[in-house]
Amino acid sequence: MAIEKRRATAAEAVAGIGDGATVMLSGFAGAGFANQLVAALLDLGPRNLTLVVNSATHRLSNTHELIAAGMVRKVICSAARGHDKAALSAFEVLYKEGKIELEVLPQGTFVESIRAAGAGIPAYFTPTGFGTDLAAGKEVRNFDGRDYVLEQSIPGDAALIRADLADRWGNLTFRHAQMNFGPAMATASKLVVAEVRAFSDTPIPPEQVMLSGVFVDRIFVAGA
Amino acid sequence: MKPLNRLQMAWRVGQDIEDGTVVNLGLGMPVGVSDYVPHDYDVVVQSENGIIGVGPLASANAADSDLVDAGSRKVTLRAGATIIDSAASFAMIRGGHIDVTILGAFEVASNGDLANWDNRIPDKGPLVGGAMDLAASARAVWVMMEHNTRKGGPRLLEACTLPLTAVRCVKRVYTDIAVLSVMPQGFLVHEILPGISREELQRRTGATLAFAPDCKDLITPDIELPEA
Repeated sequence: MAIEKRRATAAEAVAGIGDGATVMLSGFAGAGFANQLVAALLDLGPRNLTLVVNSATHRLSNTHELIAAGMVRKVICSAARGHDKAALSAFEVLYKEGKIELEVLPQGTFVESIRAAGAGIPAYFTPTGFGTDLAAGKEVRNFDGRDYVLEQSIPGDAALIRADLADRWGNLTFRHAQMNFGPAMATASKLVVAEVRAFSDTPIPPEQVMLSGVFVDRIFVAGA
Repeated sequence: MKPLNRLQMAWRVGQDIEDGTVVNLGLGMPVGVSDYVPHDYDVVVQSENGIIGVGPLASANAADSDLVDAGSRKVTLRAGATIIDSAASFAMIRGGHIDVTILGAFEVASNGDLANWDNRIPDKGPLVGGAMDLAASARAVWVMMEHNTRKGGPRLLEACTLPLTAVRCVKRVYTDIAVLSVMPQGFLVHEILPGISREELQRRTGATLAFAPDCKDLITPDIELPEA
């Protein structure tokens, strides 16, 4: 049967993401947020989610809507600080009240742990974080005179990523800095959904594919 | 002489950037350094969201929301630029492929310890980003910060009081009144703002200073801050 990964609606594209799932969300600094898929996830309404997202508070991401709706039990991120100095963000309010769990990681550890999960590596050593509060309680080992921290990989149940162009095989291209966490999250998650600007009826030329369709399960064409 | 403003500090750091190097510039004051690298230099500015070869800020009509740097600023690309994903970008950082990273800081200790990510604001969530990766693995870590806190306390200390970003990593410090390096014995002063004596600089510093034999005046051009 011919492969056809395109789904007609965002709701169909996120269907099946259930209570307790670990959901990865791509995006950084305004580029690469799959915000239409995140809106569909909000409508779907699973509870007790663990979000794996670089920032819990970026103002151009809809991540905060999932948090404000009480759907999120835990956030794994590298940034959880709201932008408003006077008022607390949705995340910060829940965090202050002890109603949401937080695991903050250096951004390189965050993405390397995702990459490792996608490459079948359960844990790895890195010098990042040694001697800091973020490495407290983690195993340390010395290699060739330098201290390294043991970090565990982060696998996901689902990843919602944003890309530019897709074909029916799920092959993707990305625009500029839109790529960021998308490829690593796609390799690390069981169900990978890509929101794209446009669909190519012809195969994307192989040398132009930036993420192979073998890592992508569903496509939703959202437009620009 | 008045202490350097942030643009004069950026100018001073820019004079030490070498042609052909790969640099990462932290949020805030450090991103301003790229404006003061000599125009005929091929310096590659890396941004941790995956851009290798960041150019000047985009004009309003050229701004593209997919072309942003780590500070969410809409930027342009230099000729020869490439864009990679975050995993590859941090492999670049952690693998020692950044020649120099220039970071802001709250405190630096005389053994090179850096504190620049958590200034303990009550109730605000933590924000670490890529600071720990850059501090741990760039080939050189340079800090630019004001010499003293707003209350006048020292930022250069025997030991940091705020949570650390990385241990024993800082090589140079550029402040608004001095240029120093971190040596095995502690801080070594290379330049001092004219009008500030060695004794006053020592009083404003929380660690013992040594002075280089060729210690000289810290001189920059007059650069006006843009109106807020």
